[in-house]
Amino acid sequence: MKVIELSHGGGGAESQQLIQQLFYRHFSNKILLKSEDAAVLSLQGKTAFTTDSFTVSPLFFSGGNIGNLAIAGTLNDLAMMGAKPLYLSCAFIIEEGLSFDTLEKVVQSMALELQNSDVQIVCGDTKVVPKGAVDKLFINTSGIGEIAEEQNAKPSAHDLEVGDAIIVSGDIGRHGAVVMAERESIKLQSGFKSDCQVLWPAVKALLDAGLEIHALRDATRGGLSALLNEWANSSEICIEIEEDKIPVSDSVRGLCELLGFEPYDFANEGTFAIALPCSQVEQALRVLSEFEFTKNAAVIGKVTDFQAGLVVLQTPWGSQRVLELPKGELLPRIC
Amino acid sequence: MNGLQLQDLYQGFREPQTIRVLADKVRQAASSLKSPLHIMEVCGGHTHTIMKYGLKQILPDNIEFIHGPGCPVCIMPKERIDHAIALAQMENTILLTLGDMIRVPGSKSSLAKQRALGCDIRALNSPLDAIQIARENPDKQVVFFAIGFETTTPMTAAVIKQAIALGLGNLFFHINHVLVPPAVEAILSDPACRIDALIGPSHVSVISGAKIYRPLAESHNMPIVVSGFEPVDVMQGILMIVEQVLEQRHEVEIQYTRAVSFDGNLKAQQMIDTYLQPRSHFRWRGLGDIAHSALRLKDEYRHLDAEVAFADRLSDEPIDDHKLCICGDILKGLAKPQDCKVFGRGCDPTRPLGSCMVSDEGACNAYYRYAEVTLPPSAKQNMNRASA
Repeated sequence: MKVIELSHGGGGAESQQLIQQLFYRHFSNKILLKSEDAAVLSLQGKTAFTTDSFTVSPLFFSGGNIGNLAIAGTLNDLAMMGAKPLYLSCAFIIEEGLSFDTLEKVVQSMALELQNSDVQIVCGDTKVVPKGAVDKLFINTSGIGEIAEEQNAKPSAHDLEVGDAIIVSGDIGRHGAVVMAERESIKLQSGFKSDCQVLWPAVKALLDAGLEIHALRDATRGGLSALLNEWANSSEICIEIEEDKIPVSDSVRGLCELLGFEPYDFANEGTFAIALPCSQVEQALRVLSEFEFTKNAAVIGKVTDFQAGLVVLQTPWGSQRVLELPKGELLPRIC
Repeated sequence: MNGLQLQDLYQGFREPQTIRVLADKVRQAASSLKSPLHIMEVCGGHTHTIMKYGLKQILPDNIEFIHGPGCPVCIMPKERIDHAIALAQMENTILLTLGDMIRVPGSKSSLAKQRALGCDIRALNSPLDAIQIARENPDKQVVFFAIGFETTTPMTAAVIKQAIALGLGNLFFHINHVLVPPAVEAILSDPACRIDALIGPSHVSVISGAKIYRPLAESHNMPIVVSGFEPVDVMQGILMIVEQVLEQRHEVEIQYTRAVSFDGNLKAQQMIDTYLQPRSHFRWRGLGDIAHSALRLKDEYRHLDAEVAFADRLSDEPIDDHKLCICGDILKGLAKPQDCKVFGRGCDPTRPLGSCMVSDEGACNAYYRYAEVTLPPSAKQNMNRASA
C-alpha cells in the first residue's frame, strides 16, 4: 500500500511528486500551475475573505468526507456574507502513514465540489507530520468571494430587526448526528446523510430575487442554538422560536432520544438560517423550494424586542424556555 | 416497511392537546388542595423533563417541585472522583466510565483534564464495550468506573459475569452503584424536610419494581407514583398524586404501566444479587453518609475489585464541596438553585462548583440550561396565535 511518508513534506523530490501527481492533477488551473510563491489575483469591488480549518473523525462519513467539508465549509462562509466564492487556498497537514488512496479520494471529492461551484484553488501548502502529531489529516482552506456592487442585501449578524422572520433552510442537526453515530458505531436508517452542501446557488437565488435579507448564517458547530444566540447578541434583539416548527429528521430525533442530546446543538454543514422582513417570507420560501437541499425550508420564529440577547423557545403547549448556547463536550447520558 | 417507527414511541406522549388537557385537570384538582403540595421528583431525568418541556409553567402555583438526588454523577463525592483520576493515572491503564462522569471535577482535576493530559480515559455508550476493550488490550489493566442507580446496575453485573466467564485477568471494577430507597429515606427523615409526595423514576422500577417504594409510602404516609419520562407521563403522574392527596390515600401507584410491574425484572435483580452486595455506608455528595445506600462487589469477587486491587493508591478521606455551594439543601428541597449565591456566577455547567450543576440531570444544571422565561401577555398571545 502506498502511504504518505515524512519525505513527502520535505520539500524535495517526493514533495514535488506529490504536488504534481495529486494536487496539480486534480486542482489544475492556470494560476495554481504557475507555482509562484503567491497567487496573484485581480479583484473588483468589495471582497469577502474567510478561513476555516477542518478536522473530522471519521474522515469519511455518510454523505461526504473531510474534503467536501473543507470546500463547502469555506464557500458557505463566503456565501453567508452574500459573496460569490471565487478563489480558495488549501493547506494539508498529513499524518505520516496515511494511505495515498485515502488522500486521493479526499482530493477527488474536493475537485468535484470545486468544479460544481466554479471555484479555483489558487495556492496551497502540504505538511507531513510524524505519527500521532495530527489525526490522519487536517485541512485548512481560506476563501475569497466577491460582493456584487449592485446587490441590495448586505447580510450581517448585526442587522436583525424587530419584526424579522427567521427561516431555516432545512432539517437541522444531520451532520453532527451522522458523525457522532459513525464515531460511536450506532447504525442509523440507511440513506441518512450529512447535510454537507455548497449553499451558494440557493443564496444567489435569494439575492437575485432582490429580497431584503438582514442576516444569513450557516448553523455549523454549536448548531442552530449557537447561531440564534450569536444573532440575538450581535443585534441586541430577542429571537422567539416555535419548537414544533423546527424541521428535524427522524434519525436525528432518534439519536437525540437515545443519547440525550438536543437537535439544536448538533452541527450542520449545509443548513443555514435567514432573517428577513416577515412580508418577504413567502417569496423567500418560494425561491428556496426550487433547490433540492432547501426545499424543506421553514419559518421557525421571529425577532422581537422582548429581551435583548435572549433566544426563547416556545413549546406547543404554551410554555417557554430559554434556548441556551450549547456548553461543554457533547457526552451521552447515562440512563 | 410497516415496522414500529421511532415517533410511535414518544409522539403520543408529547401530544400538545393531551398535555393541555392534563394541565387543566391538574389545575382543577389542585384547586381543592388545602395547602401547597411539595412533590419530589427523585430522578434528575424527571427534573430534566419538567424544565425542558416547561411543565412548571403550565401547572398551578400550589404544586411545587423539589428536585431529588437521582443523578448518579451529581451525588458522586469528590474523593471517589479522585479515585477515578488516580486509577486513570496509573501506568498502562485504560479507565472506562459513562457519559458526563468525564467532566465532573474532583478535588483538583477532572477525568476530562486528565484525558487531555494523556491518560487513556473512555466514555462508553454500553458498559458491555468494556469486555471488548479489555480483550483488545491484554497487556493493559482496564478499570471500569461503574456508576448509576438500579437502572444501570444490571449492565455492570452482566459485564462482571462475562469477565468471569472469559477469565479476563485485566478488567477491574470500581463500583459506585447507588440505591434510591435509602437516599430518599435519608431525605424524608430530616425533620426540616417539606416533601409531601414522590414521583419515582420508571427506569429504576423497570429493574427493581414499584415494590421498593412501599416501605417509604407506609412509614411516611406518602403518595408515590412511579412515572415515565415523557411530558404526558409526568403530567399524569402529578395528577395521580394530587388525586391521592385529595382522597387521603398514600399508596404506591404505577403510571408507567408500559414497562413497570410491582415486582420488576426478577432476573436482573438476581444477577445483581449474584455479584454485588450493599456497602455498610456510602457518602453522597450533598447528603453525606447514608448506611447501606450503595453496592460493592461481593467478597468472592474481591480480585476484580479496583478498590481492593489498587487500595494503596486510593484515599477515602472525605472531601467537601465549596463552602458557598448549597447542593445539599437543594437536594433536600430546602432551597432552589436560584437561592444559591454562586448559581450562574462562578458556578455553571462549564465550571461546576457543586454536584447539582455537574450533570445534565442535576437540578442546577437543568435550571441553568432551561431557564424559564415568562413572555409578556401580548407576546404570549402573539406566539400562541402564530402556532394555532
